Amino acid sequence: MSGNTLSSSASLKITGGRLLDGHGSETPNRALLIRNGRIAATGATAEAADAEQTFDAKGCMITPGFVDLYCNLREPGNGQKGNIVSETRAAARGGFTTVCASPETSPVNDSRAVTHLIQDGADAGSPIRVLPVGALTRGLEGEMLSDMAGLAAAGCIALGNGSRGVRNARVLRRCMAYAQTFGLTVMLRPENQSLAADGYAHDGLVTARLGLLGIPEVAETASVMEMLLLAEETGVKLHLSQLSCGRSVEMLADARRRGISVTADVAMHQLVFTEDALSGFDSRFHLRPPLRSEADRKALVAGVREGVIDAIVSQHLPHESAAKQAPLPDTEPGLSSIESVLSLGLGLVKRGELSLAELVRGLTSGPASVIGLPASISQDEIADLCVFDPGADWTPSSQSLISVGHHAPVLGQPLPGVVRLTLAEGREAWGGA
Amino acid sequence: MSALLDVDQLMDKLEAGLRGLLNERGIESPVLIGIRTGGVWVADIIGKRLGIEEPFGELDISFYRDDFSRIGLNPKVTPSSLPFDTEGRDIILVDDVIMSGRTIRAAMNELFDYGRPASIILATLIDLGARELPIQPDVAGQSLTLGMQQRVKLRGPDPLRIELQETEQ
Amino acid sequence: MTANAASPNHLQLTRDGQLRHFLTLDGLGRELLTDILDTADSFIEVGERSIKKVPLLRGRTVVNLFFEASTRTRSTFELAAKRLSADVLNLDINTSATSKGESLSDTLLNLEAMASDMFVVRHAQSGAPHFIAQSVTPGVAIINAGDGRHAHPTQAMLDMLTIRQHKGGFEGLKVAIVGDILHSRVARSQIRALNELGAEQIRVIAPGTLLPRDVESLGCTVEYDMARGMKDLDVVIMLRLQKERMEGALLPSEREFYRLYGLSQDKLALAHPECIVMHPGPINRGVEIESAVADGPQSVILNQVTNGIAIRMAVMSMAMGGQVAERQQKLNELSELNERGLA
Repeated sequence: MSGNTLSSSASLKITGGRLLDGHGSETPNRALLIRNGRIAATGATAEAADAEQTFDAKGCMITPGFVDLYCNLREPGNGQKGNIVSETRAAARGGFTTVCASPETSPVNDSRAVTHLIQDGADAGSPIRVLPVGALTRGLEGEMLSDMAGLAAAGCIALGNGSRGVRNARVLRRCMAYAQTFGLTVMLRPENQSLAADGYAHDGLVTARLGLLGIPEVAETASVMEMLLLAEETGVKLHLSQLSCGRSVEMLADARRRGISVTADVAMHQLVFTEDALSGFDSRFHLRPPLRSEADRKALVAGVREGVIDAIVSQHLPHESAAKQAPLPDTEPGLSSIESVLSLGLGLVKRGELSLAELVRGLTSGPASVIGLPASISQDEIADLCVFDPGADWTPSSQSLISVGHHAPVLGQPLPGVVRLTLAEGREAWGGA
Repeated sequence: MSALLDVDQLMDKLEAGLRGLLNERGIESPVLIGIRTGGVWVADIIGKRLGIEEPFGELDISFYRDDFSRIGLNPKVTPSSLPFDTEGRDIILVDDVIMSGRTIRAAMNELFDYGRPASIILATLIDLGARELPIQPDVAGQSLTLGMQQRVKLRGPDPLRIELQETEQ
Repeated sequence: MTANAASPNHLQLTRDGQLRHFLTLDGLGRELLTDILDTADSFIEVGERSIKKVPLLRGRTVVNLFFEASTRTRSTFELAAKRLSADVLNLDINTSATSKGESLSDTLLNLEAMASDMFVVRHAQSGAPHFIAQSVTPGVAIINAGDGRHAHPTQAMLDMLTIRQHKGGFEGLKVAIVGDILHSRVARSQIRALNELGAEQIRVIAPGTLLPRDVESLGCTVEYDMARGMKDLDVVIMLRLQKERMEGALLPSEREFYRLYGLSQDKLALAHPECIVMHPGPINRGVEIESAVADGPQSVILNQVTNGIAIRMAVMSMAMGGQVAERQQKLNELSELNERGLA
């Protein structure tokens, strides 16, 4: 992490604002004193203290900094689709203080060398914490085990196979068994490749009408079932990445009841958009997993609300413009989403689909617990904070977006929620408008 | 506010003029073609008065108008119908009103895509002047000059009547 | 929450509801579809004259942009454009630039330099004409000649014209479409057209593997048993079966398909005695349809060409008309603003 305006020896007092920690409790008008990268004092003590700098958070919410379990920083890579500096800055703007870097880089993060490359890049240019996720299989090919223990020792907080599948159930079972040996969490996106085949959109009403190749619901649910059974058998800590089907949430709840060690996340855009977003062939919404039906969307939101789904992720996957400038099926999937996550979430809160506490939990304590990070605002904790004004709005556009990717889910229209300050380990990671 | 012109009087004049012209030129079996929609009504009546038994043709000039690049295509175009071969025939082309002359130009362009007629006689019920092209009727029922607020409207087919309207504008 | 994506109508129609691109039959409505059929009637009459041309597109350039080869469709579009007095350029893209890796966007930029007024596009990907319509300079009309599995609007409209010619109208009509609906852009467009024009019953007859998952949401009922499906039918449309379907584990064999879903004389006898038989072509004799039926008295398969040219002349002139009218309207508004000193 690179330093910014505030050096770690300076002290900062944040006054006003409503404090909402990730576990649901809200307190008004607290003052926070930050010193040496930690929360030095709260409440009356903090109010009374002297500090070198003050930040007035009147009208704002103060939450733990958001934690993203699935973010593509695109470095190492060819630079066209983004890099660590640009994408972590974008994340900081979005209120994130920790991002888990997907192993799907070029070259893939399946070796200590690449892990160190990512860490060095982050140390030099990232204002926030970057935690690499290591590749579960060599080259993410889904055939041979990677050096899991080595990757973990180098600093990978979990292992995953990115957007790619594992060749067959036999290999998957072995990956899980091996990871379990070292107590490593395995992050997997459930998709049965042969059922998904050449599909690129949800097999349903919109694909029927527009003649798009569909990915049936069963491509995900069959895979979820398989992964849950294998996790149960191997005892590995399984994390299901980016669920898209309501049925998957049911299976997840059932697995929990049986005591299987499984957590899960959902991308924010899956909570907000459905297959209808493709009605005009808008290639921004060519996504993997695809946006599904309204019934699925509602079930995913309920899953977050009830805590069955632990975390909301950005699934940030930035591209250069050309990747989206083609007939829909020829475009690359992905949204440049990280700067809009909070705003889209606040939209759900406004419509009464989620409470603010549930939203914050999904962005902070939920994901943090999956990877064993603390995420609370209390004395002596690391000062990872997000201060945002829910009443202000901003308009995403190619001028205002920081990410290299300009294909954000909403463009040219005002969205609620502006991050005023992002503090990562007490240092200002974002202090924009 | 509107006033009616006497259609029968206009038809008398048209009939007399046409009889004279046909005689003068020695045309024995002319065929009538009316331009939609008003010209068709007029052609029907004139045909009966002149005792022309051959069924008359109907021309829709939508595809030959010169204002396509300004207003696009008329969505209510209907097929033209000429139940005879125009090649070598003497045609009486009939319209209710002539003003700029563009409709007649379009009609003649279209007619020539059917074949080469021996001759064309142009008959219009009303001549409003205000020409933009050098095209004149051979026979007209009446010449009229309209004021800025005035419009002429043919109503029909039965009974056929012409309204002179004062518009509020 | 829906995304701010352009709906098909926003792209296809001018502010006053005139056609400006012809991409899909979705959202055009009964009146506009009827206008297209009526306009086509006038063009059929033009085709019966000695000079089969009208000057509507004189001085304009129409480019046939075919990314998927098709001699038949392309030649009817070419003929239609020429009968509208347009200059025609044929580009078979699959043999040139894009096969060398040039992106569609770049291909379009290069083509625009040629100052074309209209692109007729056939492409293997659903949504390609939409993409082109959104990327191209304003004023250029895009006509969809078939995109992926999505739509083949001119084919569906010429089929509707054929039906109207034989049946007078669509009220009370019972229509079935038989065969590979899943992969068929023609079927999707036909189902939409029949719904908009008011057909009473639209049945799709096929095995489950050849039907999209939510096919009924398109506005039709499913019948797996062809004998039941043929009952009282006024129109039966047979779709072409491609050989690849066997390889994709969608069908066991051509023989079984023919036995269950092929249109034989026996099956046709189950329909209304005046049922007409249609097929968008090219036909696979002995696979979808018995030769005797294809050549028989109830078959109207050969009427296609005349109707095809007329429909294409209609949509090309209507779309070009919409583009120029829109442009003129914008110029008028601009000069009005100028006059008022506001521009």
